[in-house]
Amino acid sequence: MDKPSIEELERIASQVRRDIVRMVHAVNSGHPGGSLGCTDFLTALYFNIMEIKKPFDMNGKDEDLFFLSNGHISPVWYSVLARSGYFEVSELATFRKLNSRVQGHPATEEGLPGIRVASGSLGQGLSVACGAAQAKKLNGDKHKVFVLMGDGELDEGQVWEAAMYAAHHKIDNIIATVDLNGQQIDGPTAKVMDLKDVKAKWQAFGWDVIESDGNDMKSVINAMKLAKSLSGKGKPVINLMKTEMGAGVDFMMGSHKWHGVAPNDEQLANALSQLEETLGDY
Amino acid sequence: MTKYTYTKTQDTRSGFGDGLLELGRTNPNVVALCADLVGSLKMQDFINEFPERFFQVGIAEANMMGLAAGMTIGGKIPFTGTFANFSTGRVYDQIRQSIAYSEKNVKICASHAGLTLGEDGATHQILEDIGMMKMLPHMTVINPCDYNQTKAATIAIAAHEGPVYLRFGRPKVPIFTPADQKFEIGKALKLIEGTDVTIFATGHLVWEAIVAEAELAKEGISVEVINIHTIKPLDVEAILESVRKTGCAVSAEEHQMNGGLGDSVAQTLALHHPAPLEMVAVNDSFGESGTPEELMTKYGIDAAHIIKAAKKVMKRK
Repeated sequence: MDKPSIEELERIASQVRRDIVRMVHAVNSGHPGGSLGCTDFLTALYFNIMEIKKPFDMNGKDEDLFFLSNGHISPVWYSVLARSGYFEVSELATFRKLNSRVQGHPATEEGLPGIRVASGSLGQGLSVACGAAQAKKLNGDKHKVFVLMGDGELDEGQVWEAAMYAAHHKIDNIIATVDLNGQQIDGPTAKVMDLKDVKAKWQAFGWDVIESDGNDMKSVINAMKLAKSLSGKGKPVINLMKTEMGAGVDFMMGSHKWHGVAPNDEQLANALSQLEETLGDY
Repeated sequence: MTKYTYTKTQDTRSGFGDGLLELGRTNPNVVALCADLVGSLKMQDFINEFPERFFQVGIAEANMMGLAAGMTIGGKIPFTGTFANFSTGRVYDQIRQSIAYSEKNVKICASHAGLTLGEDGATHQILEDIGMMKMLPHMTVINPCDYNQTKAATIAIAAHEGPVYLRFGRPKVPIFTPADQKFEIGKALKLIEGTDVTIFATGHLVWEAIVAEAELAKEGISVEVINIHTIKPLDVEAILESVRKTGCAVSAEEHQMNGGLGDSVAQTLALHHPAPLEMVAVNDSFGESGTPEELMTKYGIDAAHIIKAAKKVMKRK
């Protein structure tokens, strides 16, 4: 199957953004800001970058793996998983509702295809991804392990435990990405807990660092291609990806206010008017 | 019934180390992780033979739990090794989310549990670990009693699909269970049959229960001793069957009274067959520095306290 072009990926991303705002609006809860910011990245990963197998297999042998460490941006992951065929898009309508597989934060208990570990309590995904990457090495599996973290999440000490571990153990089949949107719940990261020089930090921990614009599909694709070319050389690779929280919906952009707030009816209509329905709403 | 004696003492953590080595030889999917306590956890033999299947994590237990969860994805069976304190309380949320809730096949192997860690004192003497672990859905909780049983349990948990907490200790203690006894998760072992009172013991307290039984027998008291090596899932049937016969029970453990084996036995009796129960356990306090024997006496978790509890509970029938 041919990989979708940049234009096609952008059209998919537009539909994913519609799914996100509709999902959080329907239950008046969830996290639209970070979800919208990471839409281009996850769309690129699942529709262009990763080699994935269906039907879903928990062990994920002989395929690329993705872990979402900042589990609160579950709406974007659920939409991308459904739109890429892991489950029916109609199931997105059950997001955050009783007896659903589409839990508030990603979970495995209900058996939603595509998810390999629960996340939501922050700081744990990089460790899990490192473990999965080492299991791949033991299995002689050449595929990669991708993991996404938030920048606020870097406050968690466990991230740096894993960062140190990955370099020490030369885990060079992992490609991590940090969503640098500069926002966390209580405000800008610079005010809540200043990350200072993030690039220097990761370099000092022994990672190969690349930088990208997470809301420019071409930059996302190029960054992931570069990351893949850097992997396998004895060092873990991290992509510091600048995004705009709420990207694609003008009134949600550039503020932490839409981190965990759902739009009302009027705001939903406004948001949807800015996002073309390209694949058909669920 | 067997008379329990011993000729040799050995630490239960050596049972873990030797069990792990055997697993290395028989199960290629078994991998081991350690947070800078290889010597204490007796993991060096495994490392010598299977260096590519061992992962040194450094003093970073939270990361270790996440790594172990990740390694199960790909079919590995990770055994994590550190002290019980750092295997549980320090990493509770990591275990809860990445292992228990995610139903990962991780074996959390925890040494130096309880007061018998001794001189290091209360910072390291965790007495809450069984409670924390048994509260987690999907988690199996095992506390074997001697070297042989710890080795057998280590081997058995590799064949069990799902997260397990395996708790063992630091000091040398009598080896009194048969070396060839197969370990069956969740199946209590009746060690001594009796009719007047049942002692449900776990871990190091099983030997203390045997000592107590011998003393009580001299006074004409017929004591049943049951080794509850698996605290979760609890062998409810074995507990009820025994107490229906004896009419009262004592629980004995190296743990807080709150949240330990005694709590589980009390819950079982309250729900199915109310009967008097005395609990030999640490009563809502931290430990302190001292020798294992001194600490067990001071904190009321030795044979003498089991004897006292047995006599007391029989009067409550």
